[in-house]
Amino acid sequence: MDFEYAPAPESRSVVDIRPSYGLFIDGAFTDGHGEPFKTIEPASEDTLAEIATADGADVDRAVAAARAAFENVWGPMPGRERAKYLFRIARIVQERARELAVLESIDNGKPIRESRDVDVPLAAAHFFYYAGWADKLGHAGFGADPRPLGVAGQVIPWNFPLLMLAWKIAPALACGNTVVLKPAETTPLTALLFADICRQAELPPGVVNIVTGAGETGRLLVAHPGVDKVAFTGSTDVGRQIARSVAGTDKRLTLELGGKAANIVFDDAPLDQAVEGIVNGIFFNQGHVCCAGSRLLVQESVADELLERLKARMATLRVGDPLDKNTDVGAINSAEQLAKIRELSQAGEDEGAERWAPDCALPQRGFWFAPTVFTGVAQSHRIAREEIFGPVLSVLTFRTPAEAVEKANNTPYGLSAGVWTEKGSRILWTAERLRAGVVWANTFNKFDPASPFGGYKESGHGREGGRHGLEAYLNV
Amino acid sequence: MSTETLPSGPQLRAFLHGLPGVDQVGVDERAARLATRSIKTTAKAQAIDLAITMVDLTTLEGADTPGKVRALCAKGARPDPGDASVPRVAAICVYPDMVETAVAALRGTGIGVASVATAFPSGRAPMEAKLADTRAAVAAGASEIDMVIDRGAFLAGDYRKVHEEIVATKEACGDAHLKVIFETGELVTYDNVRRASWLAMEAGADFIKTSTGKVAPAATLPVTLVMLEAVRDYRAATGRQVGVKPAGGIRTTKDAIKYLVLVNETAGPDWLDPQWFRLGASSLLNDLLMQRRKLTTGVYSGPDYFTLD
Repeated sequence: MDFEYAPAPESRSVVDIRPSYGLFIDGAFTDGHGEPFKTIEPASEDTLAEIATADGADVDRAVAAARAAFENVWGPMPGRERAKYLFRIARIVQERARELAVLESIDNGKPIRESRDVDVPLAAAHFFYYAGWADKLGHAGFGADPRPLGVAGQVIPWNFPLLMLAWKIAPALACGNTVVLKPAETTPLTALLFADICRQAELPPGVVNIVTGAGETGRLLVAHPGVDKVAFTGSTDVGRQIARSVAGTDKRLTLELGGKAANIVFDDAPLDQAVEGIVNGIFFNQGHVCCAGSRLLVQESVADELLERLKARMATLRVGDPLDKNTDVGAINSAEQLAKIRELSQAGEDEGAERWAPDCALPQRGFWFAPTVFTGVAQSHRIAREEIFGPVLSVLTFRTPAEAVEKANNTPYGLSAGVWTEKGSRILWTAERLRAGVVWANTFNKFDPASPFGGYKESGHGREGGRHGLEAYLNV
Repeated sequence: MSTETLPSGPQLRAFLHGLPGVDQVGVDERAARLATRSIKTTAKAQAIDLAITMVDLTTLEGADTPGKVRALCAKGARPDPGDASVPRVAAICVYPDMVETAVAALRGTGIGVASVATAFPSGRAPMEAKLADTRAAVAAGASEIDMVIDRGAFLAGDYRKVHEEIVATKEACGDAHLKVIFETGELVTYDNVRRASWLAMEAGADFIKTSTGKVAPAATLPVTLVMLEAVRDYRAATGRQVGVKPAGGIRTTKDAIKYLVLVNETAGPDWLDPQWFRLGASSLLNDLLMQRRKLTTGVYSGPDYFTLD
């Protein structure tokens, strides 16, 4: 019997999107002096709001406000006092979780199930976690009384807008720094709602400043002489530009960039759970995940069986309205990103890989891309080399463990990897040889504030999360 | 597999231990995620009626009497006396000595009579007694037999003994359908559940069933997920479709709908039929009726508006 799930949309009435938003500087919303831009809803292409653009003078104001707050209030404040603010922010994020989740899904296109169950709870968890560190920095292994750096300029991507904000702001504030943060151009709304949460928490003005705008605003921020620390999450290209602009200054820099993670499935893997892990690895958040398991390396002896199971599973993925509680795969974030995914997928076909996607009806309006798998992919194909940042999986095979490791490491990136086997010793053997910042065993895309995250090679440098994440914001 | 060529112990062991492993964390996670599906309005109405038709309405108490069983049969045939649009349940499940009473009470209703057998619930009796138990129930008119496996033999690795018992019971069933109860609460690991599933299917089970309801934990979503994967894979490998019955601990409409979602997204819509999926339960039926009435009338009725049995 066919069992059709009726639409189960989460209500939009919980959010109140204003027609226009300014910049959040020194505890107040102010006008920006650049040309404003519009943020649109990727699922419908409707305009959501007009957003201010910060020009050079606005960035100056924001950095000056952050500097003043650092020198007069936040820097001198005892850690236990800073912790109270962070705990308060964490609790307000929890209290306003539904609002944040709905707004995130509207602005980003991700399914409400993910914003509700992953993004927002993890964002709150990061604030709770680093709130706990604020008065214990002397016990973190960086000396008896490690000092903050000063003003942090932070630029974050559009794939996990609120979560990346939490990853950046929570450790910075816990260590005693103040921040100027620039959210991504296509997803500024939750950062602006977070500004309101800062006010609600009565965070002293200037401790958190949020400047919106496109790439130029980001460039102005990271190049600003008043910034002591630059933290960036995003594409490797932009990361390179930032590294260039920071070179020769005494700014500290951490970069969390792209990835082309290998998900390695050995022949003794728990196959059904491996299929779930593969699906979660590449179709979670429409594949807009820097640590996505975008390359499946499967042992030849189980490749056919695994792929058959994977395709059957992909056919059950529900693609559509991000606000429907039963949606598994939502909308692609922007027209630009959709074009990039299409271009690389076409390259995959042109280079001779076999393309497959389940039969799924995509909505007429908005930006959509069906979950797709490429088989018969060679290491030399673009879809095995370049980050697609979309719901596209490239499948390669291997014969021996050594070959698996060799292929997994044969990439300019090194952010994450997955290992699937029932044999504990093989997990350790493989993980030891993989050059990736995170190696998941018999699972994928698991995040925890206590666990450090970061990359090798072109995936960036520096670690976020855990005790290691403090180092990036302390003068050590 | 015919009885003349029963596989040897080592053959069974090699086969069962060669099945892909089950990762506990992964299964638990998958089951929990499917449990977040939001089934509302028309989908909920469809699910409630489907669930009612899948109920094996059960009474397995030492205190059961013919009167109690007849009352239960009346309830199964007409779950809501005030609403003729409520479908009937799939079967009434009783002890062997109550089969005759149930058969008489259900004549003409199309409802099956399921009898537990083989020294239910522990399965601790000589083989001859278990088979006599089964034959008696079939002779009294049971159309379905719910047998228990020898968990002691299974846990000791004596797969051959378990296999032989299932084969022999299947023979004793004649035309009656055989459901094989694993008592997954005693098998504990998901690897064991998968092996027991394949063992029972190989031995000829028509249905595989989680629990007796006498041991906690009884049916759980992850255990049922593993069993649904097994029947899906078994059909892909052999062409024969086997049913699944979680039993015990399923009390609310919400629980029942979670199981239906699990079936839908694991084994697939082919199993969304009382012929292939059953819910072993007693108190579940009234909650389904309450939710059904809420959906059709918009208001909740108190428990006193639904019959006890």
